[in-house]
Amino acid sequence: MTDHTVKSFGEQLETLSALVAQMGGLTEAQLASAIEAISRRDSAAAERAVGGDARIDEMQAQIEERALKLLALRQPMAVDLRETLAAIKTAAELERIGDLAKNIAKRALVLNREPPIRLTQSLARMGKAAQNQLKQVLDAFSNRNAEEAETVWNRDGEIDEIYNSLFRELLTYMMEDPRTIGLCTHLLFVAKNIERSGDHCTNIAEVVYHMVRADHLATNRPKADTTSETAVPYESHA
Amino acid sequence: MPAMRESLPWLRGKIWPLLLGAIAGGAAVLLGGSGLFWGAVTLALAVALITQFITFQEPVLRPAVPTPDDPLGLLPPQTRLLLEQLPMPVMLLDGTQRVLFANQFMRDVLGPGLDRKRVSTVLRNPEVLLAITGAGHGEASNVPFTLPVPVERHFQAYAARVSVTPPVTVLLLHDLTMVRRSEQMRTDFIANASHELRTPLAAVTGFIDTLRGHAKDDEVAREQFLEIMATETARMRRLIQDLLSLTRIEMNEHVPPEARVELDGVVRQAVAGLMPLAAEDGIAMVVDSVPGLPPVLGDHDELVQLFQNLVHNAIKYGRENGKVTVSLGLQDGQLVAAVRDEGEGISPNAIPRLTERFYREDVKRSRERGGTGLGLAIVKHIVNRHQGRLAIESRQGEGSVFTVFLPAAREENGEKPATPEPVTEML
Repeated sequence: MTDHTVKSFGEQLETLSALVAQMGGLTEAQLASAIEAISRRDSAAAERAVGGDARIDEMQAQIEERALKLLALRQPMAVDLRETLAAIKTAAELERIGDLAKNIAKRALVLNREPPIRLTQSLARMGKAAQNQLKQVLDAFSNRNAEEAETVWNRDGEIDEIYNSLFRELLTYMMEDPRTIGLCTHLLFVAKNIERSGDHCTNIAEVVYHMVRADHLATNRPKADTTSETAVPYESHA
Repeated sequence: MPAMRESLPWLRGKIWPLLLGAIAGGAAVLLGGSGLFWGAVTLALAVALITQFITFQEPVLRPAVPTPDDPLGLLPPQTRLLLEQLPMPVMLLDGTQRVLFANQFMRDVLGPGLDRKRVSTVLRNPEVLLAITGAGHGEASNVPFTLPVPVERHFQAYAARVSVTPPVTVLLLHDLTMVRRSEQMRTDFIANASHELRTPLAAVTGFIDTLRGHAKDDEVAREQFLEIMATETARMRRLIQDLLSLTRIEMNEHVPPEARVELDGVVRQAVAGLMPLAAEDGIAMVVDSVPGLPPVLGDHDELVQLFQNLVHNAIKYGRENGKVTVSLGLQDGQLVAAVRDEGEGISPNAIPRLTERFYREDVKRSRERGGTGLGLAIVKHIVNRHQGRLAIESRQGEGSVFTVFLPAAREENGEKPATPEPVTEML
């Protein structure tokens, strides 16, 4: 879409920011539909999420193009440069979250064809936590609020804890009744996707912090995800 | 006609009166003479022009004097006052989709600092943004949308164009949260109640049948069964009470409380009420507070219930002859209240699920001590309503700490328009 009028540089930056916010809105809707598909067994919501991913990818391309033009033509400096970079990085993270949401939705379609399993409640809770992180970090981006970004960054442990607990529970479930392995594997992937979405939100938080403060949040983010070291002992019921 | 209006601005607003005056004058001359027929024709023409005036003219917000926070002078002070008083969220946007004006209710929904921002920066919902863009082209629309976090809220958004020159669109929100919640609460309550009551009711029915049947004359059995029936019915009563409590709290979860409450008094009230229960287990209760703590914006009764539930849990699951400590403090502008017990602790697997409705880590022990499985769900929803946070830490063998963070109330400043009344009626 070409501009008919010569916009001021400030306005162009603002438009770029507004586009990122808009893409954020689409991603939020995407994640919401995916989580709803799981928690309310709503396959219509799942279909919406699967279909909505293309638009998100489009927007990322659009934002990148605009940002590149801005960099090439205006050669921004200091905070303007950081804002332009932040737009590109944030768009990339949002696109990943959109993809993860689509994947969750696809698995929801599979899960909803089977009888309900009570572990989806924990998944729903995890999903809400991830949605909360996404909303807050996007607000932080729009309001240029470094403190809010830092809060999001620190709170990732909450999602990790639910994930750890869910992981162990799923392993136990599968061992007790091997007929549930198929379903539980899907649930494991969904849980992993939600946990990854949370991580992408903290990445956005780091980007926002850098954009505002020109400084980096500590490189060692407290990571509470212990599933890579988790083993559940197998007791043979011979 | 419109083109003429654009090119001769001094004539705008005066052209219609002039035209009508000429027609009326002409009609008077013709009617006064012998041209009755021509008089009637002129009058008919005048009527036709008047109806045109009524149907095609778009209302124009007359430009007023520009002010610092309204640089284009688009909002006359009376309009601003009227919109501020409207008991629903209203927002006005200009031709570049920037916020011209947002009233208090809108600021309550979207947060402060909205003026002059691009609308997509403050409201990201794709359906609403589409509706606003459509409205900018003259297509009014009505779309439902949801804000899922932090507390689920449902709205109906109405977007329409108010005027063409200058270009102004309006966004009006209708809060459907209460309606949706009522429906959901009713369904949930019925589902929960019938599920949880089924077992105790079955037990009581069974005992009644037995007492009527082969235990009719068995004195010992009768006493035993009546004892069990009394316990079960007491449990059912507590369950209904807790469910009603939870329903009431969830209904109002999205309405932030407004009264100023001192947590010190609340905690002491909760602890005092539980003294007899603590004494039964030989548990000592300690309140550790600092003077001069700021109040919170809260609902007094709900906060008392919150601490009652936390302290009751501490007593229930604490070590006999141990200690339960409630400490109050201030940290980073937030009030911090921690309830600590010296019980067996909670397994790390269970901690994330503790606030789930009817989730019990140790079902047998919870039942023995009269638990309904709803205590922490109630705590969670009260904390949510108060825009606070709940943190749970536990060490197996050492005990647990439940910490509540609540934002301190800021200083009073000016009058706010009335917020919707919280619901006190049950289903």
